[in-house]
Amino acid sequence: MGQMEQIAALAATPVALPLLQVDGLCRNYGARIGCAGVSFDIHAGEVLGIVGESGSGKSTLLSCLAGHQRPDAGRITYAGQDVLAMSEADRRRLSRTEWAYVHQNPRDGLRMGVSAGGNVGERLMAVGARNYGQIRTRAHDWLGRVEIAADRIDDRPSAFSGGMQQRLQIARNLVTGPRLVFMDEPTGGLDVSVQARLLDLLRGLVRDMGLSVIIVTHDLAVVRLLADRLMVMKSGRVVEQGLTDQVLDDPQHAYTQLLVSSVLQV
Amino acid sequence: MTDTAYNFAYLDEQTKRMLRRAILKAIAVPGYQVPFASREMPMPYGWGTGGVQVTAACLCPDDRLKVIDQGADDTTNAVSIRKFFQRTAGVATTERTAEATVIQTRHRIPEAPLTEDQILVYQVPIPEPLRFLEPRETETRKMHELEEYGLMHVKLYEDIARHGHIATSYAYPVKVEGRYVMDPSPIPKFDNPKLSDCPAIQLFGAGREQRIYALPPYTQVVSLDFEDHPFVASRAQHDCDLCGADGSYLDEVIIDDLGGRMFVCSDTDFCTTRRELGHIGRLGAPMTDEVA
Ligand SMILES: Nc1ncnc2c1ncn2[C@@H]1O[C@H](COP(=O)(O)OP(=O)(O)O)[C@@H](O)[C@H]1O
Ligand SMILES: [Mg+2]
Repeated sequence: MGQMEQIAALAATPVALPLLQVDGLCRNYGARIGCAGVSFDIHAGEVLGIVGESGSGKSTLLSCLAGHQRPDAGRITYAGQDVLAMSEADRRRLSRTEWAYVHQNPRDGLRMGVSAGGNVGERLMAVGARNYGQIRTRAHDWLGRVEIAADRIDDRPSAFSGGMQQRLQIARNLVTGPRLVFMDEPTGGLDVSVQARLLDLLRGLVRDMGLSVIIVTHDLAVVRLLADRLMVMKSGRVVEQGLTDQVLDDPQHAYTQLLVSSVLQV
Repeated sequence: MTDTAYNFAYLDEQTKRMLRRAILKAIAVPGYQVPFASREMPMPYGWGTGGVQVTAACLCPDDRLKVIDQGADDTTNAVSIRKFFQRTAGVATTERTAEATVIQTRHRIPEAPLTEDQILVYQVPIPEPLRFLEPRETETRKMHELEEYGLMHVKLYEDIARHGHIATSYAYPVKVEGRYVMDPSPIPKFDNPKLSDCPAIQLFGAGREQRIYALPPYTQVVSLDFEDHPFVASRAQHDCDLCGADGSYLDEVIIDDLGGRMFVCSDTDFCTTRRELGHIGRLGAPMTDEVA
């Protein structure tokens, strides 16, 4: 098949609607810009990396998307539904069923006073699970999937290392089988060797579960490993987006070039 | 003897009106915590100032008041609250559950069935059942609003994980009319079934935390549990050693320094009434009939 025929064939196949569509999203803090004019789509099973220096608006964008803050302008459409027009009850239900949010600091995403099993089971109970034995079985299963020994199920996360806490936070988020996961610097505070293990684990879970992920990081190695597509932010705006390899290997914007070369220098 | 230096039942009419509005709202929305402007009472917070304010707002001159603490009418706390209302409202008092029109209680529901002519007022230390796992008040209010109650089961899950069974035995959480999750105050879970379908009005007052909530008569109240760990209204497996009752809530009392102990009804009026009727327990003596 020639190139033109390939394109024609692609155009003829019905295109699935994006899972998440973001259009013209803005959030200001008084006179200061948090993020501005951000637009992108993400399809089912796709991983989008967001990079940019500190203060470029990555966290602001993510928290607007996840519904933790209300944007000043723009539209967010999830699976055809207007997220910003939803009732709070519906949006929160979405947050604990179809969505998940992994915080940089596991303390923000875990209940430190509750056992590992209880942390994993919470989302199940939140959606109506009322059989202790079944909840426990699912918790066991998920601890195994994030490589936490079964005999730690009744320990509190405060007794866990940073890496284990982060893996527990991931298990707690994924147990209800969400479709879209937001992650803000999930490997941020960890040692390099611990980071590598976590990234490996994340990559496996994303692939096995077919997750769509929006992952914020300042670490280009993380995006190279995980992200299909990449969005580069500066001063609250998206300066470049495209396929990850394309953006990293052939950056167009001067800022991206700087970002890529600075990582090469390290 | 009424002390005329005070308004009837101590509180001024404005305050009582404010309290009655909160009570009416609480009755209209069973299990919902209504905020109210708690007043300074001439007793410390731990002494049931919330219950006292609710009682003050409910009392009428011809009411007959009973006050119990852990089931007993003669503890310091119960005696001082009873005296307080004798002095400030001049109402009649009684130890008989059946004769009382208003009963203020801490930690128990009387054993004798209540009637439509009665009001049961609970003293509440911590009204928020979600507090244990979610300290943020803004968040717990949101959870009630949106009926997000998964966290209550996390608490019960933790219990089973740690003890092999639901070890919560006081302040056992309940769901009211399929809507609000409520803390029934630190009554033993043995009393939980009595909350449901009760003919009396049940009012809950938390003074320090400034909340009033209520169960109107015949409200459905369900204790939370798991399918494979169902709620059990447990009690000590003994008969009362004084009156022989086999279905009442018992206190364990140490009777000598050799480890000797006995079990007696925590509801002293229930026990006394039974003994007057001639029931005798393992260590009980027949009651002398003083009238005859
Ligand atoms: N809560 C806030 N109040 C005021 N300004 C904020 C707040 N959060 C972020 N900002 C500002 O918004 C901009 C974007 O911040 P942020 O989204 O945290 O960036 P990043 O996550 O990329 O480091 C920065 O200028 C930051 O100072
Ligand atoms: Mg950030």
